Amino acid sequence: MIELQHVSKKYLSNKALDDIDIHFSKGKIIGVIGENGSGKSTMLKLMAGLLQPTYGEVLVDEKRADRKISTKVAYMSDIDQFYPFFTVNQLVEFYESQFSDFQTKKAGDILDFMDIEGAEKIKHLSKGNRGRVKMAVTLARNAPYILLDEPFSGLDPMVRTSLVQGVIQYIDLQSQTLIITTHEINEIEALLDEVIVLREGKILGQQSTENIRIKYQMNVVDWMKKLYEGGSGYE
Amino acid sequence: MVMEFKPDKPIYQQLIDKISSEIIRGDRLAGDKLPSVREFAVETGVNANTMQRVYREMEYLGIVETKRGQGTFVTENLERLQKLRMEMKQQYIEAFVQDMGKLGFTVDEMVEGLSQYQGEREENDD
Repeated sequence: MIELQHVSKKYLSNKALDDIDIHFSKGKIIGVIGENGSGKSTMLKLMAGLLQPTYGEVLVDEKRADRKISTKVAYMSDIDQFYPFFTVNQLVEFYESQFSDFQTKKAGDILDFMDIEGAEKIKHLSKGNRGRVKMAVTLARNAPYILLDEPFSGLDPMVRTSLVQGVIQYIDLQSQTLIITTHEINEIEALLDEVIVLREGKILGQQSTENIRIKYQMNVVDWMKKLYEGGSGYE
Repeated sequence: MVMEFKPDKPIYQQLIDKISSEIIRGDRLAGDKLPSVREFAVETGVNANTMQRVYREMEYLGIVETKRGQGTFVTENLERLQKLRMEMKQQYIEAFVQDMGKLGFTVDEMVEGLSQYQGEREENDD
């Protein structure tokens, strides 16, 4: 389980997260949604140990999330951070050298599943294929927690579908938990067990996606709009 | 093909309806093996937990049976499948009668309308 206890994060005078109290339970796929600047990425970076809270505590399986938490948490950034002169295979070897839980065979399987050639240079890949490669090396880690920051952003619908299918195929929810921040809610709604809605650094609601349908006969986007409009009783 | 889902019903329920329809239509026969939870989840673009729930609920309803180490199969209990067919019919009739009722039609008008509609269709088929 990942817990945020009274967590605030300030950048200079700007409050990115404001007294957040929440937990992410194991074995689920959880979406963190909200408008730009709502604090989604900050929340993910705190859980990955890449940022430290200004106040409060972030705990991953009861351990404080610092840089060392990367042994338990696989984090995928929303920016392209790969060496462009690497081939895909060299990137896989690099990941293998960096993470003891990295499964080289699994990486190969995922790349096959997504139709990526290992000999291809990263810089020659299309944006969609770079997204696929990034996802493949992240999912190939046997980490109990996998955090994806905006994995679908700027990609066309076909690529998004193949990424969603890759996640379903290669995540093992018996032993892994997946947390995703995203704008593309409609396309991945069926992927999510649960959603958390953020606005201006505060949590507006946390619900299971099936409960949203049962209780309000709504999909996640409409539910989020209700919360943003200040509709009470939807939390 | 990734599936599209309606907002007013839980996804697991819509998947149960889809599989039930396929059984009633005869696309899936008594004793047929269903895809594994993961295969079906990837195919429809649905979380594996949701698909697990679909199989669990359908097993509870007696529509499918899981055989250890072999997978999940459509039940060979034909009585149960016949009952499923009637349940599905009932479900569609209820929805139809409710919608028509809201528009102010009586059941007699509905019956009359249905047989008239069927008559016109047969004429057009000639």
